[in-house]
Amino acid sequence: MLKEQPVQIDRRLISHFDWTLFLLCLAFVAVGVMTIYSANFDLDSGHAGALPARQVTWFGLGLIAMFIALSFDYHYIDRLAYPFYGMMLVLLVLVMAVGHTGGGSQRWINLGFFRLQPSEPSKLAIVLVMAKYFQSDEPARGYYLRDLWVPFLLVAPLVVLTLIQPDLGTAIILGTVFISIILMGGLRLRSFAYLVGAGLASLPIAWHFLKTYQRNRILTFLDPDRDPLGAGYHVIQSQIAIGSGRVFGKGFLHGTQNRLDFLPAQHTDFIFAVFSEEWGFFGCAILLLLYFIMIAYCIRLVQRAKDRFGALLVFGMVAIVFWHVLINVAMVAGVMPVVGVPLPMVSYGGSALASMMFAMGVMMNVSMRRYVF
Amino acid sequence: MATLAEINKQDGAPELRWRARLLYVILALSFLGLISRLVFLQVISGERYTFLSENNRVRIKRVAGTRGMIFDRQGQLMVDSRPSFDLIFVPEDASEPQETLRLLARYLKRDENELFKIFEEGKGRAAFDEMVLGRDVDWSAVVAVETHQLELPGISLRARPRRSYADGPMAAHILGYLGEINQRQLKILRDQGYAVGDEIGQYGLERRWEELLRGQSGGQQVEVDALGRRVRVLHEVTDVPGYTVHLTLDRELQATAYEALKGKEGTIVALDVGSGAILALASTPAFDPNIFARGVKSEEWSGLITDQLRPLSNRATQGQYPPGSTFKIIMAIAGLEEGVVQPEAYIQDPGFFPFGNRQFRDWKKGGHGAVNLHRAIVESCDTYFYQLGPKLGIDRIAKWARAFGLGEKTGIALDDERAGTIPDTEWKRKRFHQPWFPGETVSVAIGQGYVTVTPLQLANMMAAVANGGKLYRPYLVSKVESLDGATVREYGPELIRTIELKADTINRVHKALADVVNGPGGTGGAARSPAVLVAGKTGTAQVVEMKGGYLKSEHLSYFNRDHAWFVSYAPVEKPQVAIAVLVEHGGHGGEAAAPMAKKVYEKFIEMQKPATETKQEVRAEGATRAN
Repeated sequence: MLKEQPVQIDRRLISHFDWTLFLLCLAFVAVGVMTIYSANFDLDSGHAGALPARQVTWFGLGLIAMFIALSFDYHYIDRLAYPFYGMMLVLLVLVMAVGHTGGGSQRWINLGFFRLQPSEPSKLAIVLVMAKYFQSDEPARGYYLRDLWVPFLLVAPLVVLTLIQPDLGTAIILGTVFISIILMGGLRLRSFAYLVGAGLASLPIAWHFLKTYQRNRILTFLDPDRDPLGAGYHVIQSQIAIGSGRVFGKGFLHGTQNRLDFLPAQHTDFIFAVFSEEWGFFGCAILLLLYFIMIAYCIRLVQRAKDRFGALLVFGMVAIVFWHVLINVAMVAGVMPVVGVPLPMVSYGGSALASMMFAMGVMMNVSMRRYVF
Repeated sequence: MATLAEINKQDGAPELRWRARLLYVILALSFLGLISRLVFLQVISGERYTFLSENNRVRIKRVAGTRGMIFDRQGQLMVDSRPSFDLIFVPEDASEPQETLRLLARYLKRDENELFKIFEEGKGRAAFDEMVLGRDVDWSAVVAVETHQLELPGISLRARPRRSYADGPMAAHILGYLGEINQRQLKILRDQGYAVGDEIGQYGLERRWEELLRGQSGGQQVEVDALGRRVRVLHEVTDVPGYTVHLTLDRELQATAYEALKGKEGTIVALDVGSGAILALASTPAFDPNIFARGVKSEEWSGLITDQLRPLSNRATQGQYPPGSTFKIIMAIAGLEEGVVQPEAYIQDPGFFPFGNRQFRDWKKGGHGAVNLHRAIVESCDTYFYQLGPKLGIDRIAKWARAFGLGEKTGIALDDERAGTIPDTEWKRKRFHQPWFPGETVSVAIGQGYVTVTPLQLANMMAAVANGGKLYRPYLVSKVESLDGATVREYGPELIRTIELKADTINRVHKALADVVNGPGGTGGAARSPAVLVAGKTGTAQVVEMKGGYLKSEHLSYFNRDHAWFVSYAPVEKPQVAIAVLVEHGGHGGEAAAPMAKKVYEKFIEMQKPATETKQEVRAEGATRAN
């Protein structure tokens, strides 16, 4: 049985503080705040409004979340997973009932001084409950699909509730992270093939449930000539922004596509386009390299974690980051349909930033305690 | 938790370690993919995208779909769309906008300050949005702009279909008009492809049938040069024209009705007795929907909405008036059907009816003498119906009035139809929290008091009286077609209910109504026509209650004068058309309204030329009597 105290301030822990992840996190947030500033900068008045400062405030809250996440031994997450998951379910149902509507979907709960978007922390809930479920040894033969009815039952309500909002982006993230974990947890490849087959077969049904605008986006992606005056226009403008940055970019505050409001959601989902226009291929390559380093570092952590539970926690969290980056950049660069997925720690959005920093905290937690027995 | 201890002993998870090695490969491949895309966009195509980003080279030019045409029942064109040009200015494309405008003003011979004003007002718009300097500009302006294109950077012309109403105000209240989409509508309709600046039906059929008439907007994604001129079309979506709508309305009959009403405030509704199809529906004063098509000027708009005579109101469906003596038709039917009336029994009319401590006066000083039901309808004897009122009681009166569709919307496909009021004890209790007083029934018996109806309701009631009790829902659109002539939707008669009536009731009412127009002493003699045998009932709706002695309507101030009614059907032998006429403040129904109905009936008969034998049958009978 475990012998550690719940909150253990051990000098060894402090010396093992994971500076790599912490500094990477700071770097992403810095790039984010800078780009949010630029995206909202008004040439006439010479300032950028309240959003950059608000993002910094959220960063402060994120730091608290991060330190809470790394302060206690991660094995206690085993006990917290279901309560946390339950809370997310309640919040998502609340959003449906009393949620605040913005941009056509009902995603926020108004808490007076700020608005909470529960779909962001619900991504974490999936990782917590999955790590808990898969922590025990996998059967030698691997998992069959029929063994995994509990995980499917856990993920389904979250996906359905986010689809209702509608928030296709979060639903896709929940799905990809879920599949990543069950694969990592030991799903047989043959069973995975069945799952993919079933998924493809149910696509027409899923199609039926999509909103008109979501269908339009997907159709527009498959056939860019379909709606060149609507959704297709945004994709074109986003590509023009990225492309016109060329190798070295137009310089900070010198993006023009961004300035003239041609980009949709320029400080949230399309922030990469703003960044690319101003910093060019050079800047993009560095930003992507930082993500690459972080993800690779975390994979290393998966290999070196003390136990299966810790390894799965880190794997789940880093899967969130990986899918966000891949989907966001691919969408903004015009190689994927437009779905609302933010760029981790860079896009504007408090709930997303705080959740992501909590995820970083969990990974740092596992990292710090791999030496402690 | 036993497993946890075991896990701890395992020192990590070996199978996960093996799988993690695969993750490096997936990670590397994914990022390689992203980087390649960025190399393609930023390094290989960078130059082209830079070019496109300068001055926002890629723009969207929307083209609204051509709206569907509207035809009358004979296939005559009533509403069409014609090509027109708007004058457009994009200041960002002009190095010196003021100079461009000054030059433009000179070429167009327009006041430059007028253009500057539009320019200043448009300052708040998003960059590269178009400003409209003039809508539907004339041909000389088009030529001037085309010729001097190079000297006028930022100025362009936009072709746009413009709505055209062939007959101006004639059928304005039915056809309706278009207007620019407002913020509230845009919020709801954005998903359906509407955008700022689009036109949308705001009134009448244009509004109610918007979805089918509208078509789909198209447009072009174009690349423009530094002066805002189109270089090439990158993508194009062709617009889809709207559907063609065929009306039940007859344009010639409509014109006759409108002409008859001209100069008065009132309405004429003509219905097909056997189906409820609307043949004519005119309301005056009217407005010219063409002024909305070219963009209504603010002073025109405020003129329309502040006009005391309310030209925007469709009096046939939105005007609620006391039915006056036309309500006696309902009273007679109710009395006969409920067995309260002995049709051949005579009562004495001294010219008034005492009830409680009040005296209800007959319109005819000194009274009608001995009257039975027939004579009471023909001469419109008030006293006869005064005494019938309390015998029936308000609830039975209301029951029969409602059976004929009074007090409820007819459900015609026009917006903001009113229901009128048919009072009963229940209504009074809900509305005023008071019991019904028997004296009020006496007023209701001659269509005064709380009773109000719309002219369309009375026309529909007459159709049901004429056809023996079938109440149809009035309708305006018979067919919707696509451009290639394929039928999209089709509409026919819709029976609301069949009112069970005794043959004797129908015969007596039909006979009496025919004698109102054609018999001696009838109040509707002014509708008597050598061309067609008309049956009907006159009515005079009091606007103000007259407390003093008899005061002739013409001695009252205009807005206090009585409304004149004439509700009718024809031909008597085989009813085809039912017509309700209302002339606001027209005085007596027999004098003001009946002649208008006659004109419309004669036009209807004339249009059915082959049927000349009817003409011989119906001979002029004696001199026309004034009622």
